[in-house]
Amino acid sequence: MSEPNLNPDSSDRRAFLKASAVATGTALAPGVLLYGIAQARAPEEPASDKVRWGMIIDTTKCADGCNDCVTACNTENGLSGKTGPQDSQWIRKLNIRHLKTGVEISLPMMCQHCEHPPCVDVCPTGASMKRADGIVLVDRHICIGCRYCMMACPYKARSFVHEPLTDQNPEVPRGKGCVESCTFCVHKVDRGENTTACVEACNAAGHQAMLFGDLNDPDSAIAKAMKTYATTEVRADLRLNTGVRYQGI
Amino acid sequence: MSSQELCFSPRERKSGQFWSLMAAGSLVMLGTLAAFFYLEHHGHAMTGMNNQIVWGLPHVFAVFLIVAASGVLNVASIGSVFGKKMYKARAPLSGLLAIAMLAGGLMVLVLDLGRPDRLIVAMTHFNFKSIFALNVIFYNGFFAIVGLYLLTLMDRRLNPWSKPVGLLAFIWRLALTTATGSIFGFLVARAGYNSALYAPMFIIYSFAYGLAVFILVQSVMYKWNNIQVDERILNRLKNLLAIFIAASLYFTAVLHLTNMYYAKQWEFERFILLEGGIYPLLFWGGQVLLGGILPLILIFSRAGRHPATVFLAALLVVLGGHFQMYVTIIGGQAFPLDIFPGYAESSTFYDGVVNDYTPGIWEFLLGIGGIATAFLITTAAVRVLKFMPEDDFKDIEFKAH
Repeated sequence: MSEPNLNPDSSDRRAFLKASAVATGTALAPGVLLYGIAQARAPEEPASDKVRWGMIIDTTKCADGCNDCVTACNTENGLSGKTGPQDSQWIRKLNIRHLKTGVEISLPMMCQHCEHPPCVDVCPTGASMKRADGIVLVDRHICIGCRYCMMACPYKARSFVHEPLTDQNPEVPRGKGCVESCTFCVHKVDRGENTTACVEACNAAGHQAMLFGDLNDPDSAIAKAMKTYATTEVRADLRLNTGVRYQGI
Repeated sequence: MSSQELCFSPRERKSGQFWSLMAAGSLVMLGTLAAFFYLEHHGHAMTGMNNQIVWGLPHVFAVFLIVAASGVLNVASIGSVFGKKMYKARAPLSGLLAIAMLAGGLMVLVLDLGRPDRLIVAMTHFNFKSIFALNVIFYNGFFAIVGLYLLTLMDRRLNPWSKPVGLLAFIWRLALTTATGSIFGFLVARAGYNSALYAPMFIIYSFAYGLAVFILVQSVMYKWNNIQVDERILNRLKNLLAIFIAASLYFTAVLHLTNMYYAKQWEFERFILLEGGIYPLLFWGGQVLLGGILPLILIFSRAGRHPATVFLAALLVVLGGHFQMYVTIIGGQAFPLDIFPGYAESSTFYDGVVNDYTPGIWEFLLGIGGIATAFLITTAAVRVLKFMPEDDFKDIEFKAH
């Protein structure tokens, strides 16, 4: 029977510590690394007002006739893609023509994620709400389906679910009798992907007309773009301080 | 034959007739409930409402009833607050109609919700910045205050309280109609709304609609109970109605004139007054002519002293009120929302086009359920309690007409 090795400098002990450190490091590093990259919030952590999610849309790059952002939104959020008067459309391509000059512009229109959203002001129950990070959402648990927010929205961004739904995307709960609109793909944002389906589709098509990011982060591409280019708020006269800005109009 | 047979009277009652009235009202309610359950199951896809016209026919009926409910209380207010005895005799009926019509209007609003099952949510979650939420408080308060007011009117021991409670009810009803008008007035983005005038205009409308409803109900109650309405009383009521009609027309004119003053509202005015198809027709033909000018002509005509003429005038005001609500609520939404002023807009979401609305049978059934509810409450209440206006002519000092 061998004596127990009490020597603190023993090679066994050192090897064990080394191996433990490597093992721990290997186990934790990807998580720490990913956390560092993605800055995803833990589910229990509330959205922070240090962040303001926003979007810049360069209408000069937005191709007339291209509908990729709309299709991607429908797929991501489980919308039917039908365009009847009663069907939900969270994002739509809007063609506008200046009445005097005749200039034509094609652009995507969706919830503008206002800092002072009229839909939130008018909602009787508080179902229409703005998260601390600027994303305007409908709490499907307390929306009573009164549609006052649809009357109040200056952008016609909201839809009412007129019929029972099936085959929904579990990440994007929707329901008959509630009002809904663009969520800035909040489920993707909360996963730390920090992008939206429409932006991904626009980039994939090579147009790069849409840029999503944190307006409050001076190092973000969107904040830099905001400083570099002149952007416009739609219905700026209402002073809603929209999260979505347009270039080229 | 005794004089008060269909309404409350210690003497004999016309039971058969009462029950047929209740049955007729219940039959309509049955249709309303059928429509409600049908829509609850299939969704609003079965209605003519859509993502452009989000408020439809149910709201036309509901808002009319709510506005008229606050207005009908005026009769009581003139009695209690301003001390006119002729109106005091009518205060209980006025209070009853106010409660009945508000109940009817609110029922329609609730049944038309996307999630009517969440009524409890609406009653427990309040966003105090929302004029809608404030309305919920005003409506509930109205029931409580007018209920209390009725108690002070009908219980002799509480009678001394009728003046202060009546004053509270009067102030409350002004606040309520202000809030109801503001539902539209606060919609900043829409050309058809966004005007502070909506609050006082709805108050004036409520005066006219409420009094018209009161005259109709009183006439029917008198008729069914074989009572002749005193000509002097009828004269006073019809002259007051004429003032309210004229004031309503005035406010309507001011609203449109101010809109025309602002260049950016021209398009909307051209739409609603001239080129908007059904809406100019309903505005000029329904709201202005049938609901305003014609009743005025009737009231001031030679036949104006005849109860049937006053009845017809009041009926036209009620009809015109529904046209007004249709033009205000549906017309305001039919006009395209101008997202990019100065640009022509088009999209798959019906931007830049006049929005279509064809009301379906289900929403019509929902809407008339409000009238049926008010009718049932009134019919039952006048049967069991003393709401019939009874004048003690010795107390009334009539001015010479």
